[in-house]
Amino acid sequence: MLLRNPGSMIGITILIVAVAVALFGPLLFPTSPWRMVQRPFLPPFTLAGFPLGTDALGRDVMAGIIYGARVSLLVGLISTLASLAVGIPLGAVAGYFGGKIDDALMRFTEFFQTVPSFALAIVLVAIMQPSIVSIVAAIAIVSWPPVARLVRGEVLSLRTREYVQAAVVTGQTNWWIIWREILPNALSPVIVLASLMVATAILLESSLSFLGLGDPNLMSWGYMVGAGRTVIRQAWWITVFPGIAILVSVLALNLIGEGLNDALNPRLAKGGR
Amino acid sequence: MSKRKILMSFATMCMLSTAAVAEGPKAGGVVNAVIQPEPPSLMMGLVQNGPTQMVAGNIYEGLLRYSPKLDPLPGLAESWSVSEDGKIYTFKLVKGVTWHDGKPFTSADVLFSIEFLKQTHARARGNLAQLEKVEAPDESTVVFTLKQPFGPFIGIFEVGSLPMIPKHLYEGTDFKTNPANNTPVGTGPFMFREWQKGSFIRLVKNPNYHVKGKPNIDEIYWHVIPDAAARSVAYETGKVDVLPGGSVENFDVPRLSKLKNTCVTGAGWEFFSPHSWLWLNNRSGPTANKKFRQALMFAIDRNMAKDVVWNGLGKIATGPSGSAIKYYTSAVPKYDYDPAKAKALLKEAGYKGEKLRMLPLPYGETWQRWAEMVRQNLQDVGINVEMIATDVPGWNQKVSEWDYDIAFTYLYQYGDPALGVGRNYVSSQIAKGSPFNNVEGYSNPEIDKLFADGAVAFPDAAREEIYAKAQKILVEDVPVAWMLELQFPTITRCSVKNLITTGIGVNDGFRDAWIEK
Repeated sequence: MLLRNPGSMIGITILIVAVAVALFGPLLFPTSPWRMVQRPFLPPFTLAGFPLGTDALGRDVMAGIIYGARVSLLVGLISTLASLAVGIPLGAVAGYFGGKIDDALMRFTEFFQTVPSFALAIVLVAIMQPSIVSIVAAIAIVSWPPVARLVRGEVLSLRTREYVQAAVVTGQTNWWIIWREILPNALSPVIVLASLMVATAILLESSLSFLGLGDPNLMSWGYMVGAGRTVIRQAWWITVFPGIAILVSVLALNLIGEGLNDALNPRLAKGGR
Repeated sequence: MSKRKILMSFATMCMLSTAAVAEGPKAGGVVNAVIQPEPPSLMMGLVQNGPTQMVAGNIYEGLLRYSPKLDPLPGLAESWSVSEDGKIYTFKLVKGVTWHDGKPFTSADVLFSIEFLKQTHARARGNLAQLEKVEAPDESTVVFTLKQPFGPFIGIFEVGSLPMIPKHLYEGTDFKTNPANNTPVGTGPFMFREWQKGSFIRLVKNPNYHVKGKPNIDEIYWHVIPDAAARSVAYETGKVDVLPGGSVENFDVPRLSKLKNTCVTGAGWEFFSPHSWLWLNNRSGPTANKKFRQALMFAIDRNMAKDVVWNGLGKIATGPSGSAIKYYTSAVPKYDYDPAKAKALLKEAGYKGEKLRMLPLPYGETWQRWAEMVRQNLQDVGINVEMIATDVPGWNQKVSEWDYDIAFTYLYQYGDPALGVGRNYVSSQIAKGSPFNNVEGYSNPEIDKLFADGAVAFPDAAREEIYAKAQKILVEDVPVAWMLELQFPTITRCSVKNLITTGIGVNDGFRDAWIEK
């Protein structure tokens, strides 16, 4: 189903390329992306060794994009996993036990949801001092609440199913029931959400780096756009190429999310068309 | 072209160039300049921010002005003399000078200004520390008597360091809340007229200025434009004619300087001589080792930083003193870019790859790029550097609390080693809480003695010898890694003539400027 959807096929292809670049690119470009290798402001497509030109200090834009892929994908993946690790248990507990526990946990979640997530991320990174760890932590902290809400809703409805009640009657523990009976059935919307969250996380990291709150020791796409922004009138390529990289990878993840959604909820997909 | 025609055109060229020389200053015209950022106040006795000095330096005056070589020139004092023993300075004031409100300027105003500034102006207080008494035998004579000879004394009368304050407006009032602060009154070539907050400050010609025939310009508008890119555009579209140093990003300078009718100069900062270096923590870690610090100097490609980050502006700093500072000497050990030598020194120093924390100066793109470049230079010779991102308060705190290994900075030097250089190297200036003193924690009794002696030695030849010795020792020890003598290019329309003629440039430049039509 997923593979028959042309959109998600494109998305998957792009993502595979991006992952391959992130994994193997540094083998092709062994020098650090921070190294000054050519004259500054070398336009793209002029020298064979530097297809995308160089930036304000003479650093290779191509190398920057390749190393940036690592940072962007890594941040997207890890922060999503981290927010799933917080959101899924919280939502499951809230949905399963209900009552006061549900109230308490949901008020706590809403507390995070009421603060605009990007503003909160900026504040967190600024307080913790910009580094890869603080950025991943900040993104995870602002993006777990939707997961918790989604899981809670799913659990809430699955809780009343007969097979769950049967498990209760046979005397299985609550945790076992959540783990074995409920979560596996609640997972498909979470997977769809997670694929979109990776995209959002990449965008968040880029925005933070753009504002100068990135890890100053790691080359990332957002940093490249931010650093090139001020010279855009002299050297468009410094901003445009990493910008395209962000666009394409976020688009790919969205296409995959769409495809997953269709594949995992076939009835919804058919009804929608 | 025939021989005759060539001769003819040569003759025409000669005639044209003579015509250009013969053309003198023209009166009239309005100048639009940028002021960045908007000054908090124009009352120079109370506030001495850069932008305040730049605007108010044309409203107020000091007793002396300084040439680009930092030699004293007449200002409100038409002549001066120093006693044989270097302790008594006598100033003759220009006669017939009036304040902008018409009241006469006299020696009583000078005495009052000294008292005023001792209360409000931290740097003036320091500069006047050696002053025993100041007297006014008559209306146009002022006599300063020092406790002991203090060579730099003749250098403290610049308008931003010791501006003259009108006694008749401030005597007996609370200086900070005096309503006159909003309508500054000086003796300068331009009078304050209007200030639309967030938009512009308007100065008009002082018709009773004491130098006959000056100023030539009728009005100056100082425009407040908060965004750097917008300032460049304002110049390109013709809204402003003068971009003082530092008001546009460095990478815009080459583009703007290629525009028609545009002149760029790095002059006009000699008095301040902004000098940049890396603080190196001399207390602990690898940077406590002299060999390691020398290795840093060899590892950093300062020529490339100058050409790429600063677009070729500035000069390689050879040591603690800028080359425009008195008693500067270039006869010191040299640290040319030499990674191989740096590696050898690192080995000698026994460096084992300890991680060093580097703080860039959070003053915008240029400084960030520069830090990235230096980090790359250091990594190339095997030094493990981690960049720490900070904002301005964070930088101030970390540097003043000595919580760093390497940190970028730049400081003004004020023309004399006793005023602006010694403070960064003598051990009496080691104190937490300020990012401008001996932050690196370098302590050398010999240097302490040399700077103490140099400040009060007399005559100048004795000072020169002392400071030459001090520079040699410092450059050998590398307490900090000197980077560049910075230059902040001033961009103007070429039709604005004669703007930068002194060591403080635009700050008091409009007195002599004129517009070609």
